[in-house]
Amino acid sequence: MEKKAVRVAYGEALVKLGEENEKVVVLDADLAGATMTNGFKKAYPNRFYDCGIAEANMVDVAAGMSTMGLIPFCSTFAVFAGRNYDQIRNGVCYPKFNVKFGFSHAGITLGEDGGSHQAIEDIALMRVLPGMTVFVPSDANECYQCVEAAAKIDGPVYIRTARLATPVFDPRPFIVGKGNVIRDGSDCAIFTCGIMLEHAIEAADILAGQGVNAALVSFHTIKPFDEELALRYTAKCRKVFTVEEHSVIGGLGDTVASAIIGNGVEKFLKIGINDVFGQSGKPADLLKEYELTGPQIAEKILKNL
Amino acid sequence: MIGGTEMDIQTLETYARQVRRDIIIMTAAAGAGHPGGSLSSTEAMVALYFDVMNVDPKDDKNPDRDRFVLSKGHSAPALYGTLCERGFFGREEFDHFRQLHGILQGHPDTKKCPGVDASTGSLGQGISIAVGMALGAKHTGKKCHVYTIIGDGESQEGLVWEASMAAAHYKLDNLTVILDHNGLQIDGTNDEVMSLGDIKAKALAFGYDVIEVADGNDMKQVVDALHVPACPGKPRYIILNTLKGKGVSFMEGQVGWHGKAPNAEQAAQALKELEG
Repeated sequence: MEKKAVRVAYGEALVKLGEENEKVVVLDADLAGATMTNGFKKAYPNRFYDCGIAEANMVDVAAGMSTMGLIPFCSTFAVFAGRNYDQIRNGVCYPKFNVKFGFSHAGITLGEDGGSHQAIEDIALMRVLPGMTVFVPSDANECYQCVEAAAKIDGPVYIRTARLATPVFDPRPFIVGKGNVIRDGSDCAIFTCGIMLEHAIEAADILAGQGVNAALVSFHTIKPFDEELALRYTAKCRKVFTVEEHSVIGGLGDTVASAIIGNGVEKFLKIGINDVFGQSGKPADLLKEYELTGPQIAEKILKNL
Repeated sequence: MIGGTEMDIQTLETYARQVRRDIIIMTAAAGAGHPGGSLSSTEAMVALYFDVMNVDPKDDKNPDRDRFVLSKGHSAPALYGTLCERGFFGREEFDHFRQLHGILQGHPDTKKCPGVDASTGSLGQGISIAVGMALGAKHTGKKCHVYTIIGDGESQEGLVWEASMAAAHYKLDNLTVILDHNGLQIDGTNDEVMSLGDIKAKALAFGYDVIEVADGNDMKQVVDALHVPACPGKPRYIILNTLKGKGVSFMEGQVGWHGKAPNAEQAAQALKELEG
């Protein structure tokens, strides 16, 4: 299967968007080679603004530019969602300015740079901000769709992307705020987002081999969340498992929990980063260390059925 | 434009006196607000809205209008008084300052209040947003100019200097940063809390074209400084040496009036002192 990093797709999507929409400008904070905005920089040098290593200023500059009718996409590492937070909150979300945040290198699969750079809290930070749309694309194709959709939304949008190359699945229909059923099932429901989809699919395969017919739903939009779909699969399967490359506090798991609580849930388990910071290592080794590989996910689900 | 003649300076001074009265009326009615830094920056805002800026209260979303960002957002009463006198909304709004469903929020809110170009209050952000506006104006070929007022205490925020670096880097000669240098902040004088050092030298070193105004509460001096033609390729930085609480004897130079409203008796005395 073809592999491509979601961040690479982000960069490609911006170039395409830039061709279609002259209002799109891209801001980066000296990370264009990593966030992959360098493609846009090359294609549209007059619409690319490097703000230097000053992420907070980048966000408010984008806020100001948006008031002039532009659609700024700010790019940096997801871990700086915390560093920029006051600017994102008060500079952009409070006045509902039309600024997009494409933050890359999210989660532990950032790898070798270590825990200081591995954002495990960015979904939590973003989803509590009123008016913020939160996208967590699962692959390159979904990232193209998220970028395209972000430009059409009048207001702040967060797009979380990952560093490492991951499988590119066949394109799926994309509607903002609607999850995608990857496979139907009735014994339990696995809800996932982002690049954990690959591992959740493997887990579902393993479960199938053990006679457990698991439904699998991928949510590219964490906010607004597809509560209707989550409730439908909760009603059908009653046993719900969430899988994410993010803290189990405040991310997809809690989003799902809020949606389905009190609606006939028989069993509920959040699988993710268990309230710890990451560390240096190869992405594959880190996934194993934090028990997020397909077999480990399957094992946890089997134990809790 | 009114222009900078003696006669017109008097008119502007009349507006400034009225805005100062508005500040007292608003904060007294709300029982809260920030009179000190509002009174020190009154001349600057009146000069901008009545003499310098190209704005029209009847067309407050015109994309080509000049922009103003009150980076020291707590001086909102001075901005609200100025906007009201300039015709952006009626005086009845003063009754709802800091009140539920009011358009005059504790800090300026661009979604709620006509004439407010950015929501501010989290210090350091306004100047950064103003830099983005100036950059965006250049990008889109708009001829408008962007003005922002920052505080001296606010200048302790690192973001002020990130924004300044970007303003010089992008050669934003359509940006004017105005420092309301009243020397006081919540916990005491700037020097007691966190010294600014040689603020003029710092502004110069960051690449600004700097003008220092000896008395930032003297309307003519303020107007003259704001009318100095832009220096091509450089953002402008105007230091206004001001007096916190200016115009109300018992508030002048008193740090305690940073964020405290006058009671009825104090308000009456202040309004008496501010009679034309």
